[in-house]
Amino acid sequence: MSKGKSDIQIDSKIIDGIREGNNLAIEQLYQIHFPPIAQMIVNNRGSREEAQDIFQETVMVLYTKINEGDFVLSSKLQTFLYAVSKRLWLKHLTRGEARYHKDSIDDYGESLAAEEAIVEHEVIEERLLLMESSLNGLGEPCRTILYDFYIQGKSMTDICEKFGYTNADNAKTQKYKCLQRLKKVFFKVVNSY
Amino acid sequence: MKDLNEQDFLEWADAYLREELSEEEKRQFEAYCEANPVQKELLEWHQTFVGDLKKADARVNFQRDLIRIAQGYGKSYQPKSTTKVISLWDRLKLNAAVAAAIAIVSVFSTLWLTGYYKNLKKTTSDYSALRRDMNTVKRNVNAQNAAIQNIHNTKDNAKETMHYGATGFMITKNGYVVTNYHVITGADSVHLQNHKGESFKANIVFTNPEKDLAILHINDSTFKSIKSIPYTFKKQDSDMGEDVYTIGFPRDEAVYGQGYLSSSTGYAGDTLAYQISIPVNPGNSGGPLLDKEGNVIGIISGKQKGLDGAAFAIKTKALMETLNSIPADSLNGKNVVLNNKNLLHNLSRTDQIKKLQDYIYIVKVY
Repeated sequence: MSKGKSDIQIDSKIIDGIREGNNLAIEQLYQIHFPPIAQMIVNNRGSREEAQDIFQETVMVLYTKINEGDFVLSSKLQTFLYAVSKRLWLKHLTRGEARYHKDSIDDYGESLAAEEAIVEHEVIEERLLLMESSLNGLGEPCRTILYDFYIQGKSMTDICEKFGYTNADNAKTQKYKCLQRLKKVFFKVVNSY
Repeated sequence: MKDLNEQDFLEWADAYLREELSEEEKRQFEAYCEANPVQKELLEWHQTFVGDLKKADARVNFQRDLIRIAQGYGKSYQPKSTTKVISLWDRLKLNAAVAAAIAIVSVFSTLWLTGYYKNLKKTTSDYSALRRDMNTVKRNVNAQNAAIQNIHNTKDNAKETMHYGATGFMITKNGYVVTNYHVITGADSVHLQNHKGESFKANIVFTNPEKDLAILHINDSTFKSIKSIPYTFKKQDSDMGEDVYTIGFPRDEAVYGQGYLSSSTGYAGDTLAYQISIPVNPGNSGGPLLDKEGNVIGIISGKQKGLDGAAFAIKTKALMETLNSIPADSLNGKNVVLNNKNLLHNLSRTDQIKKLQDYIYIVKVY
């Protein structure tokens, strides 16, 4: 019983760590959860490299889930990761085929939760990747201005100094223009889907 | 409060979101939003957008960390499993390949050198040539006895070199003798010994491996030309059912064997041979096959394994062809002149044999 308790403690510690972007938590996650998943993939016609890829994808799904704030661990973390990995691996294997058979999966409930998590992850990841690439595509000085202000949280006066703007109003106008451009680029792509 | 343009509103919103406003200003902002639903919507929308911007960055950072950790993990993991077996293999695969190549070469060369393939060919045929391995067992025992007797003698004993024995018979009075090719293959020297025990050295004059015939010439000062040979050679094919007999040396004494001509072709349909029904044994090879009148009709050459009474004799015709194909300079002026006067045909079998056996030799191959 004490072991089960400590497992849950470790799980929630890892989840908190990931929320904070703690590298130690990621390492611990790897050490504890990667071997059984790698084993599962290698035993199912996979290579070690593919196992690595699948596991990274799985961790990203977990990351999305944690950062969307609605993550409540209904089972052990291992169970969740295993189900997600399995689902991803199955998708990978049946890539190119029209449909894969959901009923080939043993624990149905767990796999549904995993499937939902994956779909959610895919939607969010697509949006955020687009955001990232839009920002990177802006060019200087817009990218840095927006990055410094919105992501780093620097004050406008710092930004003024950094870029040599003579007054804060110029900087503010510049920032606003940049933001509008970013929105334009971002939604142009979004609407083109 | 008056309407703000978008830029100014977002400026204000940013300040609100970054919590740079005082309590008083916050309330003002919230109240403004309540009053302007359009601006409120813009605020929410802006909030999500900026949130996404932050998330996207955090996500990229996280992924970068993850990949770095995964690589570190992969590195620390891999050497563990590969060190023992795979790296050993990496180091030793060249050696292994060389060893395998040497093993293959040595196996096949050993098989070849020991005559395995020749034996293989021989054993796959059920034809057995009838030369005699000279008392292999006895020889080995004698050699061992000699070795035991000379156990303190450091000198090497003269090696026992005699290999095979068979039969041969004279075809001309000036000393030509015929036997089987398989008898004298690989011979260092050939000696002929008659039933009186006189031994003569012989040269190999000509061989015909296809017909399995060898022509020898006695080349010994103690050999005196003889007046005539009592038998003749019958050039036509003999008929099935004819009584035939032979004299050979399956052991050190001459042995008479009698039977009949059972087929006009030899082993596997060979038209240059007869099948005969005479009990023959190793050592009979090269012996003359005579009909009841004392004509040589063939030369005993072999028998079929696993079949009773199926022996084979090379027809005289093949002998004639062989004799005719001997190059003139191999003969050293001593022509092959066959006897054409049969001195045997009115004699009884025992008298025939008495006259014959002076001309039949045991062929000893060293």
